[in-house]
Amino acid sequence: MDTRELKKAAADVRIGVIKALHNAGSGHPGGSLSATDIVTALYFDEMNIDPKDPGLKGRDKCVFSKGHAGPAQLSAMALKGYFSMDEFTETLRKIGSKFQGHPNMKIPGIEMATGSLGQGFSAAAGMAMANKLDNDPGRIYAVLGDGELQEGLIWEAAMSSAHYGLDNLVAIVDHNGLQIDGRNDDVMKVSPVGAKFAGFGWNVIEIDGHDMDQIKDAFAKARQCKGKPTVIVAETVKGKGVSFMEDQAGWHGKAPNDEQTQQALEELEAAKAAL
Amino acid sequence: MADKIATRQAYGEALVELGKEHDNLVVMDADLSGSTKTAMFAKEFPERFFNMGIAEQNMYGAAAGLALSGKIVCASTFAMFATGRAFEVIRNSIGYTGANVKVCASHAGITVGEDGASHQTFEDIALMRTIPGMTVVNPSDAVATKKLLRQIVEMDGPCYFRVGRAAVPVFYGEDDEITLGKGNLIRDGKDVTIIATGIMVSAAYDAAVMLAEEGIDARVIDIHTIKPIDEEIIIKAAEETGAIVTAEEHGVIGGLGDAVAQVVVKEHPCRMAMVGQQDTFGESGKPDQLLAKYNMTADDIAEVARKVL
Repeated sequence: MDTRELKKAAADVRIGVIKALHNAGSGHPGGSLSATDIVTALYFDEMNIDPKDPGLKGRDKCVFSKGHAGPAQLSAMALKGYFSMDEFTETLRKIGSKFQGHPNMKIPGIEMATGSLGQGFSAAAGMAMANKLDNDPGRIYAVLGDGELQEGLIWEAAMSSAHYGLDNLVAIVDHNGLQIDGRNDDVMKVSPVGAKFAGFGWNVIEIDGHDMDQIKDAFAKARQCKGKPTVIVAETVKGKGVSFMEDQAGWHGKAPNDEQTQQALEELEAAKAAL
Repeated sequence: MADKIATRQAYGEALVELGKEHDNLVVMDADLSGSTKTAMFAKEFPERFFNMGIAEQNMYGAAAGLALSGKIVCASTFAMFATGRAFEVIRNSIGYTGANVKVCASHAGITVGEDGASHQTFEDIALMRTIPGMTVVNPSDAVATKKLLRQIVEMDGPCYFRVGRAAVPVFYGEDDEITLGKGNLIRDGKDVTIIATGIMVSAAYDAAVMLAEEGIDARVIDIHTIKPIDEEIIIKAAEETGAIVTAEEHGVIGGLGDAVAQVVVKEHPCRMAMVGQQDTFGESGKPDQLLAKYNMTADDIAEVARKVL
């Protein structure tokens, strides 16, 4: 998909996120909006998938290891046609809905239940191991948060993925610099992220996580890398696209009220119209 | 009851047999393949064996990913680190997703012996029982280990499979029927029922022989599948013998005793007593010395049975 169309799709994904979280009355807008451009590029450009056949043999898989930002993935999947956008935005986090607070196996196209940080990455590594065993061409994309990198399990999985030469695995770190209690640097320093992964034997690509051309280019470069896994360290802005949410740790885990929702949607629609 | 074989040894041998029949069987270990006996599978099928290093959480997380990609995964380490250290990964990545992973843990209980309290787990059955959908199996000898491993490998869904370090008597014959989810009547009796699991089944049988000499007719049941538990055989025992003693090489909190008590309390309350580790840590020693010191021998089971009558 061309860059302009991708940007429009990303705007629609953001609109879906805001509507769903507003209706839910809870959830995590900040990290969903920072990861939106990445996840949009995955579902609309990079991945070999078919929303009408979620179990397609040889498909690529996206594991949202930062599961709290799952609404970004679900909104992208709804837009792609896995399920209805209305059902997602109206029932997310509500009793009886398949759209739980975090991604889960009842949702068509979700490959792994996530939410407990670090575990999605480890499962993604296992999927990449399975594909190597089966000579399955499918590639595995794991979206990680930067706060999530504080989990020890992340580095266990980083070590084993390099050890087993999983060049079919791509980790994308949504590096927005913020977590619930504040800045990564104040809570628990995770930087330099790229150097840490490099030390574990990974191919490292550093990009602006809101620049579609850079995102597409990074995925293409990752495909060229043989013998080791690739991490794309994407510099992002938490709450990207909604002025009052941008770079605010306070918007990690709360839903916008009616007035805030109206403003957010107006801003997103205006940005989309300007494309 | 001539031969003595460790259930972990039988596990290793069974994995090789099953590996020949199931191309999608994958085995993982966390740097203990010589002890857990997965090294036997690794030698036979190196391409389907993954040593994940000393990183149990990642082993079970990656196991989930392999299983969700169509593999049957048996992932082994010591019971302490499998169920303790990796508990939440097993709960969320394997239990919640229903991934087809068999958590095959060895060196369970006090018979780990000389390694001492840090390695002797009495909590593993309790922890695994709490996970919705998790099948929990604790085979009693080498024959049961092989027969039950085959059944859990051929069943879809998560399972906890517990084997031990020490050599224990083989009392089942190759032709004995051992079915997942069904208790085995080892000895009939009318005065009291001893319900045992794992290596305590042979001790329970020995206790019944002792009690018989005193005129006490004890029934002995092997509950190798602790979850889902065979309610029918337990209710029948409660109704017909009126007293139950449970015996397990595990803590009395949350293990077989509690699982049996939940059935008894609900369906047919009767007198009960529990033999097992009594809310205390273990220590270093020979397995037999430890079983004696912590009151998990045939003598202890017989003594508790006399009191519960």
